Amino acid sequence: MSRELFKFKGGVHPPEHKSDSSTQPIHAAPLPRKLVIPLRQHIGQAAKPVVNVGDRVLKGQMIGAADGYISAAVHASSSGVVTAIDLQPVPHISGLPDLCITLETDGRDEWIDHAPLDYQAMAPAELRMQLRDMGLTGLGGAVFPSAVKLDPGTAHHCPTLILNGGECEPWITCDDVLMRHHADEILQGVAVMRHLLGSTEILVGIEDNKPEAIAAMQAAAQKMDFAVEVVAVPTLYPGGGAKQMIETLTGKQVPSGKLSTDIGIQVFNVGTAYALARAVRHGEPLISRLVTVTGHVLRRQNFVVLIGTPMHTLITLAGDRDGTTGVLMGGPMMGVPMPNLDVPVVKATNCILVQSNELFPPLPPALPCIRCIRCADVCPAELQPQELFRFAKAGDFGRAQEYHLFDCIECGCCSYVCPSHIPLVDFYRYAKSEIWAHEKDKRAADLARERHEFRQFRLEREKKEKAEKLAAKALAKRAELAAEPAAAGSAATDADAKKALIAAALARAQAKKAEVAPKNIDHLPPDTQREIEEIEARRAKIRELARQPLESEEKT
Amino acid sequence: MLTAILAMVAIAVVIGLVLGWSAIRFKVEGNPLAEKIDAILPQTQCGQCGFPGCRPYAEAIAKGEADINQCPPGGEEGVKKLAELLGVEPKPLDETHGTPKPKSVAFIDEQTCIGCTLCIQACPVDAISGAAKQMHTIIAAECTGCELCLPPCPVDCISMVPLAEDLPHWKWKHPVIELKRVA
Repeated sequence: MSRELFKFKGGVHPPEHKSDSSTQPIHAAPLPRKLVIPLRQHIGQAAKPVVNVGDRVLKGQMIGAADGYISAAVHASSSGVVTAIDLQPVPHISGLPDLCITLETDGRDEWIDHAPLDYQAMAPAELRMQLRDMGLTGLGGAVFPSAVKLDPGTAHHCPTLILNGGECEPWITCDDVLMRHHADEILQGVAVMRHLLGSTEILVGIEDNKPEAIAAMQAAAQKMDFAVEVVAVPTLYPGGGAKQMIETLTGKQVPSGKLSTDIGIQVFNVGTAYALARAVRHGEPLISRLVTVTGHVLRRQNFVVLIGTPMHTLITLAGDRDGTTGVLMGGPMMGVPMPNLDVPVVKATNCILVQSNELFPPLPPALPCIRCIRCADVCPAELQPQELFRFAKAGDFGRAQEYHLFDCIECGCCSYVCPSHIPLVDFYRYAKSEIWAHEKDKRAADLARERHEFRQFRLEREKKEKAEKLAAKALAKRAELAAEPAAAGSAATDADAKKALIAAALARAQAKKAEVAPKNIDHLPPDTQREIEEIEARRAKIRELARQPLESEEKT
Repeated sequence: MLTAILAMVAIAVVIGLVLGWSAIRFKVEGNPLAEKIDAILPQTQCGQCGFPGCRPYAEAIAKGEADINQCPPGGEEGVKKLAELLGVEPKPLDETHGTPKPKSVAFIDEQTCIGCTLCIQACPVDAISGAAKQMHTIIAAECTGCELCLPPCPVDCISMVPLAEDLPHWKWKHPVIELKRVA
């Protein structure tokens, strides 16, 4: 405990509201009748469905395969029948639907065959592929595919591995409760991470408002065959942010635009380590997670929830109350409001925070920025939020980027302290999203330009090739004709050659015409011949008749 | 006096040679201004500006033969950017060249398509795949929405479908700040 700690700049102390749910035992949420499992639960490419409507699937069976390197598989959380693969509401602030697989559960909760992985005997790349296929993602909030983070690359290895048990956001207690009850398994997951990353120093950072979790982790660390240092860090929001945790524990700052691995540090959430231990030691893919249901409910507590369980069932379990004004997924600082409560719990759902007017009084209307710079004082990324706000509001995204907009971690400290109640983070999210969209358009335009230029080049080339081919053919023909009269002994001038060419072409055309002309009327018996003549006469007569009324019409 | 004149002439000749040589040695290929203008244009290659593609329009603007407000897909924003680059006043879009439309991609009704390849020949970015008497289909990711495939289709089986907002393309909206009533 003699480790020197550092302090990151800024930060706030919002009221914690953690003790109600953290002291409760973990409950398993009952198996719902219907599970809706989104295929896009992680950062990167959405998974591709690998089952069909009507298929019976078992618990833990892969139903969506990872598509690309930065992707992760999704699995059936229980046994049942696939009833739909279509667009369903998902927990996203936009309220837009996304591709989901709907399962009708059969209540048997029947597992697919699964076995522990002998990770020490496996090649690292093979193990990472296996973890990707088990749907392992970060459970701290960003939902980044863990297999990618567990790849130290060829150039750099990761001497320091930090396990993040900070859980700095108010109300949320799922990591705290997990550490209290499953400390041993969390460290078993760390053993796998250490094996893959080749880390020599392992630090567990836990905020000092969780003494029980710290004690449990320290007790578990004693039992491990490698050194694990459990460090109590001061409680200060957003101390659980990866970059802030790194700075608190090591004093190092991750340079702007770089990754923590560039300075030899990798950070994982404790929930991720637990999921990794379940995957490796039991062969279980990521099909459930711990979710804190708190706020305006009768019993604030943590549930083990199958991915795909509708959120309203959890709120009913915790006891819903009158006066609910809204539901956030996540905490009060960074959480996003849910468009409706039919949306499923996904890998990113760490907390369901039910709001009411007493707990979360509605913000008074925003006032103009008075440039008090309180936001800059609390910004943990050392940015100038008031300037970023000004640029984002004016649509001057280039300037916002110059002021390091993309270093903003959207922690919400600036909005929290703003005396004018300006939703600052919303402006930064808006600006980031506009910049990404603009870059996407730019890439599309570049692709279109490239394709158009290649098409022009191709058309030009085809034209040239055709001309060359024709010229070569004409030349060959002329040489052939020039050779013929020379052999016959006549004087072959250029004009003669041309004339001969024309004559030959005419003869060829005539021969062709003769060939094409119908030959079935050449040798006919006399009665057939007569019949044809009669028909011809009739046709002529009809033609004559048809012309007459027309002519008379013209006259009138 | 003569020495001075000779010296000046000698210096002039030397500098002239250096300048002449560097003009050849460091010659800039193409028109750098047209290049910059082309980077702003949306590359739909639709020809609504009256030029056969974005590049010719960019060159015409660079030469001063075309105005900056002839590109409907670029919209007002595009005009603003061009005005900024060229140091002129932005002006409203010229309506005679068309009006901005929501971003769309072409869609071929595969039931009606007869496989005539006319649209393939019309597509400026080769975003239609198919062959003679085979069904054609649009490569949506590469379609610029230029509508050049619509007129040649003899059976009118191509329609423009506006891009619907879905999760991967969703954008955060400009936050609405409620203003306080004072009166």
